[in-house]
Amino acid sequence: MLIKPPSDIRSSEITPKPMYLNRRAFIRAAAVAAGAAATGCAGIDALVESGQPAPHRRKLEDVRKSPLSTDEKPNTWDQITTYNNYYEFGTRKNQPSQLAHTLQTEPWTVAVEGECNKKAVYHLEDVLKGQTLEDRIYRHRCVEGWSMVIPWVGFSLSDFIKKCEPTSKAKYVEFTTLYDLKQMPAARYGGLEWPYLEGLRMDEAMHPLTILAVGLYGEVLPNQNGAPIRLHVPWKYGFKSIKSIVKVKFVERQPYNTWQKQTPEEYGFYSNVNPTVDHPRWSQAAEQRLPSFYKNMKTLMFNGYGDQVASMYAGMDLRKNY
Amino acid sequence: MLKPVVFLGCLGPAAWLARSIVIGDLSANPLEDITHATGIWALRFLCITLAVTPLRRVTGWNGAIRFRRMLGLFAFFYGSVHLLIYIVADRLAGLGFPSIAAWQTARDLAASIGADIYKRPFITVGFTAWMCMLPLALTSTAGMIRRLGGRRWNQLHRLIYASAIAGVVHFLWLVKSDIREPAAYGAVVGVLLGFRLARLRRT
Repeated sequence: MLIKPPSDIRSSEITPKPMYLNRRAFIRAAAVAAGAAATGCAGIDALVESGQPAPHRRKLEDVRKSPLSTDEKPNTWDQITTYNNYYEFGTRKNQPSQLAHTLQTEPWTVAVEGECNKKAVYHLEDVLKGQTLEDRIYRHRCVEGWSMVIPWVGFSLSDFIKKCEPTSKAKYVEFTTLYDLKQMPAARYGGLEWPYLEGLRMDEAMHPLTILAVGLYGEVLPNQNGAPIRLHVPWKYGFKSIKSIVKVKFVERQPYNTWQKQTPEEYGFYSNVNPTVDHPRWSQAAEQRLPSFYKNMKTLMFNGYGDQVASMYAGMDLRKNY
Repeated sequence: MLKPVVFLGCLGPAAWLARSIVIGDLSANPLEDITHATGIWALRFLCITLAVTPLRRVTGWNGAIRFRRMLGLFAFFYGSVHLLIYIVADRLAGLGFPSIAAWQTARDLAASIGADIYKRPFITVGFTAWMCMLPLALTSTAGMIRRLGGRRWNQLHRLIYASAIAGVVHFLWLVKSDIREPAAYGAVVGVLLGFRLARLRRT
């Protein structure tokens, strides 16, 4: 280091007052920044902590097996209930397992609206009345590149739709998640436009694979997995399978779903699992079947359900309609 | 005497992570956990390293300089582990884990990494953050400082500014909607670089 001989201090070299005050502002800003950093640190360290596996609820009765189930080995209860994307309860995977206990699932109502003859607000019991519950063990592929095998309990959405008697004008079905900041205080920081909204084309909604799920592993669905009633569309990326549904609306025009609104160049309306169409930030060619440490399998077209669903998209440019 | 203590402290996050892996105390997605933890610690050590000079100026505690090289090298260490995880668990896995001994594997791997860096800005900027640290780590020895000369060495080591900015952008592009955390790191890096800018304008 160079050490200069001390010189007389000229008046021009004395720090002028505004700059002096600036320094104070700087120190204040630095203190605020340090505080923010500390908060950030504390937050991120929670990531390495594991989540809270869901408590077990009532066992569902008269659940039938389904030929539509996969024979792959399902992920464990703990994995399925501690690793969730449910942004209303926090954007970290383990947060819904810690925060979703504030969700009130009883009583629960589902409003049926739009182009149909049976517009009404239904109690959940009435939605379930007459439906035969089935075990549906489905592959679940997240747009982020991981996948699980999940033993849902549910029934075909088509059975519910028929009861609503949609009119000929009903070309799409639009679903809405509950939005209540009292129950979902973390939603404030989710960065998405609430309430969460999703949609399906009528033929997709009527497809036998598409289910409304109300249970997991034969038990009543845990809150973090979208209790009390959620959609599961196994050939589409997970975000299409909307949770905690409070509204079903039959509409003529294609719904503008939440993630599409958020980032249209990354998330489309169809969002069919497709290994040949990459997400702009990562490849979709392979996936990580949790709890694997690496991408341990190739992603299959339509998540392996191509035989059943590909015909619905015949002639469509799936690169454009991602 | 203080140095070994700081060294062990800096190894703490790595030790904690290793412990979590060994006893299985990670989430259902262990890859995401270790990727995220190493990335975030690289960024944190970049911030801590950048804080050394402002700390000296503000407090007058010049002894802090003794730790700067070590702190910077830890940023490089966590960043390198982060990069290695991506190379092995993403790229090499994508090729189906071919034999590492073969030349063909090295070529395929390089092509696969190169294509990803070229194609995805998110990867490009992350790789840039690491690349900016590489020459700094290589020239961190006393011998290299002497060979380069203090002035040139100092100029070269301003690359850490670019690395920190690239690191924040990389984090920002990772999150899907909630940007509070990367924004907090952005604010910290902003203040630390702003401190230098303010001094530069004063002289």
